[in-house]
Amino acid sequence: MKKMFQSIAVPVIAVVIALVISALVILAIGKNPIEAYGSLIHGAFGNQQAIIDTLIKSTPLILTGLAVGFGFRAGVFNIGAEGQMGIGALAAATFASNFGGLPPAIAIPLTMLIGMVAGAGWAAIAGFLKAKTGAHEVVTTIMLNSITTYIASFMVTGPLATGYGSPKSPEISTSAQLPILMRVGAMELSSGIVIAILAAVFMYVFLNKTTSGYEIKAVGFNPYAAEYGGISVSKNVILAMAISGALAGLAGVTELMGVHHRFLGELAGGKGFDGISIALIGQNNPIGIIFAAILIGALRTGSNEMQFMGVSKYIVMITQAIVIFLVAADRIVRAIYARKKVEA
Amino acid sequence: MIVLLAILSVFINPEFYKIALTVATPLMFASLGGVFSETTGVVNIALEGIILMGSFTSVVFTYLTGNVWFGVLMAVVSGIILALLHAWGSIKWSGNQIVLGTAITLLAQGLTGFLMEPIFGQPGQTDFVGKIDEITIPGLVEIPFIGQVLGEISPFVYIAFGCVAFGWWLIYKTKLGLRMRAVGENPEAADTLGINVYAIRYFGVIMSGVFASLAGAYLSVGEIGQFKELMSGGRGFIGLAAMIVGNWNPVGAMLASLFFGFFGAFSNQLQSLQEIQVAANVKSLFDTIPFILTIVVVAGVVGRSRGPAADGVPYEKHD
Repeated sequence: MKKMFQSIAVPVIAVVIALVISALVILAIGKNPIEAYGSLIHGAFGNQQAIIDTLIKSTPLILTGLAVGFGFRAGVFNIGAEGQMGIGALAAATFASNFGGLPPAIAIPLTMLIGMVAGAGWAAIAGFLKAKTGAHEVVTTIMLNSITTYIASFMVTGPLATGYGSPKSPEISTSAQLPILMRVGAMELSSGIVIAILAAVFMYVFLNKTTSGYEIKAVGFNPYAAEYGGISVSKNVILAMAISGALAGLAGVTELMGVHHRFLGELAGGKGFDGISIALIGQNNPIGIIFAAILIGALRTGSNEMQFMGVSKYIVMITQAIVIFLVAADRIVRAIYARKKVEA
Repeated sequence: MIVLLAILSVFINPEFYKIALTVATPLMFASLGGVFSETTGVVNIALEGIILMGSFTSVVFTYLTGNVWFGVLMAVVSGIILALLHAWGSIKWSGNQIVLGTAITLLAQGLTGFLMEPIFGQPGQTDFVGKIDEITIPGLVEIPFIGQVLGEISPFVYIAFGCVAFGWWLIYKTKLGLRMRAVGENPEAADTLGINVYAIRYFGVIMSGVFASLAGAYLSVGEIGQFKELMSGGRGFIGLAAMIVGNWNPVGAMLASLFFGFFGAFSNQLQSLQEIQVAANVKSLFDTIPFILTIVVVAGVVGRSRGPAADGVPYEKHD
C-alpha cells in the first residue's frame, strides 16, 4: 500500500512542481498564469467538443506511452517511437488505399497488422543491433527517426503523391477506416480509443501473466542474473524492441485509420517523444499510462486556447521537460516530500 | 562511365573538402563534449539540447548587442547552465542519466520555441542578425588547392581543432586528466585515494556544456547568422556516435567527426551533380546517408571500442 502510494505520489508531485515552475515562466513574460491555466483547462475540458478533442489527442499518446513504457520494463530506452509511428502509418497508407474490395472485417485488421509489423520491424533493427553488437538503442533509434522523416518525404512527394497543395498520400479505402464512436460538431471520436485501451490491457496481461512477459521483465531488471538463470538476453531484447515498435506502429495506424485517413508529410509530430514523458509519469504501468496520456493530451488540446492569450503552446514542452527531469531524479521529489512531512 | 567520372570529380574539387570541414566542425565540438563528460563517468545525451540552446542564445545576444562574439560567450554560459542542471540531477540525485538528458533536450526545445515570439516577434526562425566572418590567413590563401580549402574559412574550424588538442592534452597529460579517467573507471578507488569524485564529474559535465554550446553557436552565428527551430538536427547524437567510434578519445572522436563530415559533404555534392539526374524527391533519400552510416559505423565498432567502466553509473559515497 505504501509502495503504491509512493509510485503515485512521485509523478503527481512532479507534475505539480512542473506546473508551478511553468507558471513562473508565464509570469516572467508578463502574462497572468492563473488566466493562462484557466484557458488551458477550458480548452481541454470546457465543453463536450473540447473533451472529445482531448480524447482524440490522447489516443495515439496512450499507445506511444505504452510503447516506451514497455521498453523501459524490458530495460531498453526506445526513443524511436516517433519513427516507428511514422513508418507504421506510412506502410499502412501505402497499401490501404487499395482495400476498397475488402469488407471492413478484413480490411481493418489487415491495415492495423501492416502498421504494427512495420513499426515492429523498424524497432527490431535497433533491438538486433543492441543484442548482437552492443550499439546503444538511443543512438540507433534516433538515427532511424531521421531516416523515417526523409523516407516519408520521399514517399509523399513521389510514389504516393496525390492531388495538389501540401504533399499527401491518397485517402485510404472507406472499408479500412475505423468506425466512429461519437460525433460532436466537427469532432469525430473514432474507435481508436478502444484499441488503445485494449493495448493497455494486453500489455498488463502479457507482462504479468505470461512466461514471455516474465522473461522480458527479468532481462530488464537484471540482464546478468537473467542470463545466468537461462534466459536469453539477446532474444528478449530484440523481442522487447519489436513489441514496443509494434505498439508505436499501432499509434501511427490508428491516427491514419481514425483521424487523418491519409498520410500527410509528417504524422508523428512529437507524439513519439511525448510517449517518454507519459511512460515516466505513468510509472510504466499500463493504467498509469492511460491517465498520463489523457493529462498530456489535455495539455496539448488546452494549449491551443492558451495560445490566443499570447502564451506560446511551447510552455507545455517546458512543463513536460520538468516532469521528466523530476521523475528521472525522483529522489528530489522524495526529499521535498520528506521535508514537508517533517514540517507537518 | 560519365557518372563515375563525375563522382570522382567530387574528390578533386576543393569545395568538397571545405564543406567536409564545416560539416565536421560542430560534430568535433559535440563529440569532444561527450568525451569530457563520459571520461568522468556521466553519460550526457543532453548535448543535443545544449547545442540547440547555444544556437539560440548566441543569436539572441547578437541581436540585442550587435556583438557576435558576445553572443558566442553567452551561448557558452547557456551551455554551462544546462550542463549544470544535468550534472545536478545525475551526480547529486543519482537520476537516470539518459532520461535526464532527454528531459534537458526537451527543455531546450521548449524554451527556444517559447522565447521566439517574445524576443523576435515571430515563430519558426529569426531574421539574419549577424555572422562571424570567415578569416583569411595571408600566405595560406595563395597555396594552390589548400588555399581554396582553408584560405577563407570560419574561425570556428580552427577553434574546434584547438579545442581537440587542448582536450587531448588535458585528459592525457595533466594530473586533472588522470583524475578524470580514474573517476570514470573506478570511482570507489579514486575516492579512496582522496579524489573528490563529485567535483571531477561536475567538471567533466560542465566542459561538455562548453563544447556543445560552441557547436551550437557555430551553427547559427558561425554559419548562417540566424536561428531556425530545431536547427541542431540530431548533431548531438551523431557527435555521441563519433565519440563511441573514436573510442572515447578526443583525437579519435575528431577523426570520426571528420569521417562523418566527409560523408556529409559527399552526399551534399552528389546531389548537386548535373550528371546524376534524379527527380527532386529522390534527393531526400540521399539525405538519409549520414544517418544510415552512423548506424552502420556504431554497430560495426562498438564491440571493439570500450568506454569508461563506470560510464553512466551514479556514484554514491558510503560513509
